[in-house]
Amino acid sequence: MAENPPTTERAPRQPENAPDADSITTDAPLPEGPDRRDPQDVSELFRSRLHLLQSVPGALQHLFNEDVTGANVDPLVFYVAPLISVTIALMACTVLPLGPALQIANLNIGLFFILGIGSLGVYGAVLGGRATMRSLAQFVSWATVVALALISALLLSGSLSMKEIVQAQLDQGQWFICYVPVGFLIYFVGSMAESHPAGFDLPETDSGIVASYVAENRTNVTGFRGELHVLAEYANLIIVAGLAATVFLGGWLRPLASYRDRFPGTSVELLDVLPAIAMGAIAVYCFRLAAKQPARNRRLAATSAGCFCVIGALALAGALFAPGRVMQGVHGAFWFIAKVGAYIYCFRWIRSRTSGFRFEQSMRLVWRILIPLAFVNLATAAVAILASQDTGLPMRFTTILSTLVTLGAAAWFTKHQSTERAAPILDGE
Amino acid sequence: MPSQYIPILIVAILTVAIPIVCLVAMKGVLPGSDVSGATPELSEDGNHVEETARGEYFDRFYVVALLFALLDVAIVFLFSWAIKFSQMGGYGFVVMAIFLASLLAGLAWIYKKGALDWT
Repeated sequence: MAENPPTTERAPRQPENAPDADSITTDAPLPEGPDRRDPQDVSELFRSRLHLLQSVPGALQHLFNEDVTGANVDPLVFYVAPLISVTIALMACTVLPLGPALQIANLNIGLFFILGIGSLGVYGAVLGGRATMRSLAQFVSWATVVALALISALLLSGSLSMKEIVQAQLDQGQWFICYVPVGFLIYFVGSMAESHPAGFDLPETDSGIVASYVAENRTNVTGFRGELHVLAEYANLIIVAGLAATVFLGGWLRPLASYRDRFPGTSVELLDVLPAIAMGAIAVYCFRLAAKQPARNRRLAATSAGCFCVIGALALAGALFAPGRVMQGVHGAFWFIAKVGAYIYCFRWIRSRTSGFRFEQSMRLVWRILIPLAFVNLATAAVAILASQDTGLPMRFTTILSTLVTLGAAAWFTKHQSTERAAPILDGE
Repeated sequence: MPSQYIPILIVAILTVAIPIVCLVAMKGVLPGSDVSGATPELSEDGNHVEETARGEYFDRFYVVALLFALLDVAIVFLFSWAIKFSQMGGYGFVVMAIFLASLLAGLAWIYKKGALDWT
């Protein structure tokens, strides 16, 4: 929050007759006179200074935009495309396990299902007029890298079922990020590129007028159908984060899951108290913050955040004394959501810190560095497992060696890239 | 086995049905696009569309498509191999290493040929 420049003051209003985003596509004459109410003004009413609820009026505002059907589109395809996006994305969500018992469908091929269904989602983008050959080419390239990175973790898990992958991490006493850290890094970059929040790619433009279809000024897909695309986009974000949390970060397990000391005389484990304490501390912090706020809506926002944390802390603390299944469910969901939130936070954080990759930079990165590196990572991880099996050395020792070898290979691949040539950017379409 | 997929089927039906209901409802609430007086031509970036999607493409995309098809088949193979890896031991590693070496030799060759030079 502190990093953000204060954006609460509105930019100086444009002169009355300046074309705004709506008129770029529709060529509609702007309504004139003082009666015209900018949609932004409506969202201004809802907007707290903390921007906590801004997405709600933002979404409402888009819902009531004019639903434009282009002159040069196939109406059926154009109307069905958002449905494809959103259905595919929400179907993939069903396999993510929030806790040992909190999973809509426990498939024995869960990971495979997510990857397979997820790659169908690109149809929604292409048919909806949001994607080009260029973004398709990027999507398939990055999907290859992501799958290769996941396979390095599968060597350890021995199962495709999301539940059993987490169970394997519990049994082996380590999250897989500790065994295949380079695999996780490759997955992180790959998933960032694939779900494009990260400025890797402006999937649908070459001029950059429309920064992203999640951005404010969407030109092609408007109104409710545009919102569906946005919903699918965010669902995809949660899916890639949930996949990372499950496969690399231990899913619903807490850190140090195999440390099981209990409070004497009770069945409460020592470390299970920490989430409740942390939530309580955040609540106290929010209330103290609220007392210091000068503006009323800011006080309100901080107080309600504090109340949410109190409810969370009470739920987490109460679950300690509940039966084992409830306890595991509540705490599992807490850890899973915390991991997914942290992962998405890192996405947005990096997005705000970096400029985008151009198409050819992205393709060079994926085909010349990351795909060879993912294969090397796979091989070294396999050798580490074999060495540990045959010699009896602990896995953490062999995987440190294999990680060092992989990092060396990464350095070599990066060093042997030809220096950037000053060739003109080829126009792909 | 198929009973595992019933929840997914229910989710799929719901996620198709709810947006359709909403879209139809919104159609009733909102004025259609003919109100603005002109049906706009859609394009990605505000430029006019010059040709249809069936026009010619930059041939580099075909290379990507071929490479993707090759690697993706290899990846499907790798998935099943990875699951059983810890039970196969050194034999599994050697067999897969031979397969991947032949695949990656091809990748190295096209790298040398310059097919991956994205300029």
